[in-house]
Amino acid sequence: MSHGDAAIEVEQLVREFRKGPRAVDGIDLAVSPGEIYGFLGPNGAGKSTTVLMLTTLLPPTSGRATVGGFDIVRQGSQVRSTIGAALQEAALDPILTGREHLLLQATLQGIGRTERTGRADALLVRVGLTEAADRRVGGYSGGMKRRLDLALALVHGPRILFLDEPTTGLDPQSRAALWEEVARLAHDEGMTVFLTTQYLEEADVLADRVGIIDHGTIVAEGTPAQLKAEIGSPSVEVSPVDADADNRLAELLAGFGPPTRNGRGSVTVQLPGGEAQLADIVRALDQADLRMASLQLHQPSLDDVFLAKTGRKLEGTGDPPVDDDQPAATGRPGRRRRGR
Amino acid sequence: MTISPPRPVGPGAGVVGAEPSSAPGLVAQVAAVGRRSVTRTLRQRGLLIFPLVFPLILFAINGSSLSAATKIPGFPTSNYRDFALALVFIQGSLFVSISAGTDLARDIETGFFNRLALTPLRGEALLIGQLGGAFVLACIEAVVYLLVGIATGVVIASGVAGVVVLMALSILIAFGFASLGALLALRFGTGEAVQAIFPLLFVSLFLSSSSLPRNLIKVNWFREVATYNPMSYLIEGVRSLIITGWDARALALGFGFAALLVLITLALANAAMKSRLVRT
Repeated sequence: MSHGDAAIEVEQLVREFRKGPRAVDGIDLAVSPGEIYGFLGPNGAGKSTTVLMLTTLLPPTSGRATVGGFDIVRQGSQVRSTIGAALQEAALDPILTGREHLLLQATLQGIGRTERTGRADALLVRVGLTEAADRRVGGYSGGMKRRLDLALALVHGPRILFLDEPTTGLDPQSRAALWEEVARLAHDEGMTVFLTTQYLEEADVLADRVGIIDHGTIVAEGTPAQLKAEIGSPSVEVSPVDADADNRLAELLAGFGPPTRNGRGSVTVQLPGGEAQLADIVRALDQADLRMASLQLHQPSLDDVFLAKTGRKLEGTGDPPVDDDQPAATGRPGRRRRGR
Repeated sequence: MTISPPRPVGPGAGVVGAEPSSAPGLVAQVAAVGRRSVTRTLRQRGLLIFPLVFPLILFAINGSSLSAATKIPGFPTSNYRDFALALVFIQGSLFVSISAGTDLARDIETGFFNRLALTPLRGEALLIGQLGGAFVLACIEAVVYLLVGIATGVVIASGVAGVVVLMALSILIAFGFASLGALLALRFGTGEAVQAIFPLLFVSLFLSSSSLPRNLIKVNWFREVATYNPMSYLIEGVRSLIITGWDARALALGFGFAALLVLITLALANAAMKSRLVRT
């Protein structure tokens, strides 16, 4: 990507707090128009500080950044008119209704009186809050608040959207719904999305590219597939129907790589040749007349990437429970290849 | 609960490439923020009732228990309630400061303030608009206190015109204290900081001429403190309209200190708003 075309461009951005460490320590990144950029890291890594700087709410200590082509320090008001932002924790007034929030936001964004109502209605439909529109936000669920938060960020038709941990604390269904909407904004409407998250799954499912930040510096960057490919090959775990057949199974799988016994009869083997070797394994098992109870392909995860880059595991710092019945766990919502 | 399937939306409704909009004028910004502030105040009935009821309870207690004070030679009225009603207005104003400050502090704590900061909203508009709810609360208080006072036998010596001036003065005082609440909220960013000032204000209220006219306070140090305490002149301005009629000196001092309070707290709050509303 040519940096001159970037929707977000950051060079050596630093933010130091008094009596504290550098929250952001010289990061560089570039986000293409229409891209979903996942900014992944544990709590305190510098994600939110970066977002606050890019949204003009916190001046950087040094470095430079442009958002939508505008300098975040010298052209703050232009940046703000270009972006929408849903910052950490849905910042809503529990006393007001959802519709009142949208009308207030539309008014402050300078949208004309005649257009406000229609725009608020359309956004309420869009985020599925029509029925709850005239109820006070204090009675909304976490998912509803997050969706209203998203609608508020969209009121003035921004080109670039900042979402700071948008699904923290949400149940799997609400999370999946929000992912669906974010994916649609980027892939159907060409909106650039800068998304911070501490959830591996969220970055993996939603982001076109991921930047991993730790202690204020970006330790890895690339597509999720690239990052995972950098650190190793997939593995396959085979469980025979007959648990006593594990010796034969291990012997057979040794032809593909060093086997590892997992107990309960299952055996795992790395696939240095990638997923293509899976068919060979199935054929070999068939020829040896070894019946399988299950066969599972394990891809390296972003947690493995984080571990490889930082020496620590990100998993367990707040990753949400995965519900296998949710669409979010099974694929990338609204995923489309774009000719970039 | 799920989000509706993708569908076309209305013109420019949050879609990329919507018509750019221009920043609204200062008046429109103040009106929008003020409308929210007023809505919040009117919907939180619990917060409305306490500032209304507490000063009236004290009024009822003082009105009966301190009535003997009217026997002191030189006491300006034979009905202690005439004397005590002014204190009710000032106490109500102190509650307004808490209400206004706490609302703003809550916005800062919850991040709503940052949401507003991302719009073209000007700091002055946010400050004045936020005080809109305090203004409404002050108006409601003034009307209720006046009605209760009249219903319990208080006679407003300055007449109907005096009632109007009394309301104007009490609202001005309330606005000054509301600005103080806003200043603390903006300076410290927490509701606790706003509430911490309340006891201090209450103490300063009792170290004034709230219970006795200054010339009847026998303890020298107390009389000195009351004389230098601006709270005395706010109370005496209100009280003069109830008891004396048209006392130019008391009114000038009352309005003067109230205006000074508004100017100082509003200027400091505006400066604090600029620091708090850090946008590049």
